[in-house]
Amino acid sequence: MLVHEFLERSAERTPDKVGLICGDQRLTYAELEASANRLAHALCARNLNRGDRVVLWLPNTAELVVSIFAVMKAGGVFVTMNSTAKADKIEYVVKNCGACALITSGRNAPIASDLLLDVDSLQSIIYGSPLPDEDTSSNSLSYDGIQEEYPDDRPEKVNIDLDLACLIYTSGSTGEPKGVMSDHSNLVFAARSIIEYLENVEDDIVINVLPLAFDYGLYQLLMTFKFGGTLVLERSFAYPAAVLQRIQDERVTGFPGVPTMFAVLLQMDLRHYDLSSLRYITNTAAALPTTHIEELRRTFPSVRIYSMYGLTETKRTLYLPPEQLDRKPGSVGIAIPGTEVWVEDEQGRRLGPGDVGELVVRGRHVMRGYWGDDQATSERYKPGALPGERVCYTGDLFKMDDEGYLYFVSRVDDIIKSRGEKVSPKEVENVLYSMRGVLEAAVIGVPDPILGEAVKAFVVVDGEDIDENTILAHCKAHLEDFLVPKYLEICSELPKTASGKIQTTGLT
Amino acid sequence: MSESTATDIENRVRGFIAENLLFSKNGYPHTDETSFLETGVVDSMGIMELVMFIEEDFSINIEDHEVIPDNFDSVCKVGSYIRQKMTSAS
Repeated sequence: MLVHEFLERSAERTPDKVGLICGDQRLTYAELEASANRLAHALCARNLNRGDRVVLWLPNTAELVVSIFAVMKAGGVFVTMNSTAKADKIEYVVKNCGACALITSGRNAPIASDLLLDVDSLQSIIYGSPLPDEDTSSNSLSYDGIQEEYPDDRPEKVNIDLDLACLIYTSGSTGEPKGVMSDHSNLVFAARSIIEYLENVEDDIVINVLPLAFDYGLYQLLMTFKFGGTLVLERSFAYPAAVLQRIQDERVTGFPGVPTMFAVLLQMDLRHYDLSSLRYITNTAAALPTTHIEELRRTFPSVRIYSMYGLTETKRTLYLPPEQLDRKPGSVGIAIPGTEVWVEDEQGRRLGPGDVGELVVRGRHVMRGYWGDDQATSERYKPGALPGERVCYTGDLFKMDDEGYLYFVSRVDDIIKSRGEKVSPKEVENVLYSMRGVLEAAVIGVPDPILGEAVKAFVVVDGEDIDENTILAHCKAHLEDFLVPKYLEICSELPKTASGKIQTTGLT
Repeated sequence: MSESTATDIENRVRGFIAENLLFSKNGYPHTDETSFLETGVVDSMGIMELVMFIEEDFSINIEDHEVIPDNFDSVCKVGSYIRQKMTSAS
């Protein structure tokens, strides 16, 4: 099965059912399919070949949903980027994956036009709404124009399930984002496995406030279209009250979130809302504090709460069956259906209960590696027991209890988890160092009751004309929102090791 | 109506966003009608900080259910909301 067949099969089975609610738009499966077909034809007409990459730099909109499926229908590979990503990162990704097309909002036209001139592989820009003020290039098209011009019949299938479906760029400890390659079979398997334990049915209505550039958000879309439910797609969680109202109005049954969102919700007066339609809540990206689990249980006594763990490199890895939540609130559970995991020491020996080691994952959700980075791929994905097989080394330390339930201990690397997103200290430090007058920089995570960890930067500057706001403005101009330091301290010097390397261990 | 004039309210809101959320030294670089959500001028954490600032600076109590795009998605909307709250409180 191919991933875009999730949409096609739902469109065949229930063409008139509303598959997507986004703002004021309510789109049926038939409408979504027709739109995706038109855009797929347009991409093919612009010479998209099998396996070509298309970068989607859009907020959570119907245009993004249609684009994801259109790229796959055309035989391409979609690459979703956070809409708050800045020009430097988009340029890096477009070049890194050799994208042939970019679909973005007209607001980004100045950046997109420059990329079209500078990046050889990039042949076309498609603008969603709002359209750019000036359309100067013959290589740019409008999403709306395509919808009027191209036919809505289904394009001929060109891929098999071993072909790539998407690249999801994720932060790494080197500071440069790496594109995790997922083939169709990886995504189909992972979606099927998650649907199995969440017990999703066609009547489920899932609300998604997470960016579709984040794999947790993306899978809400893919899974919902697979089981033929309805996805309520929100731009963000910026207005929690509006999200709660949406849950009430649309009778939402599934609510996926990250710890920051639940921390905010638990501070609110929820009595204004009828949330009785909720059947389940899921949490991943970082562990929920035990106190939050207890409060969520009290607030939503009849809702099934799933604590989960995963990494983009295998999508989802572990889930805690909700009936175990009261017994094992600190655990993130067991391997998802159809997969296996174990804890291993540095010599490659499997460890028993209580021993701390690296979590290793085996299954068809183990992705294909990092785009164009054989070294990083070979460090993360290593040969398994069977010939040709690869297993994923998560880089996270875990321990197991006597019943096989797993507990997260710590990360092997220095990645920070803030707002549920991965923050590479190196990526933030690189941006700090790119500022004139910054001599030294170090970035760490500090505990934060809402964010989980907050990003804190220590900077040594040359001269007095650089203040905190100047540095933060520079960060804001070059980094996505969640990467911008919440705290910044200008220091006279930073602690160093004997060899002169900056030492972050003593910083708080 | 309190002492705050319409311009004063918008000025204080613009000033807070510029200085504390955008870290800008050149004031608020958008129009008062610019949607925070559409353009990403203010992110989700920024909205929380803006709410706290308004509660403190204008001495008004903001209910959770009032923090919605209709009241908080642009300088213009925030200004109208503050005036409305101040009027109803006086």
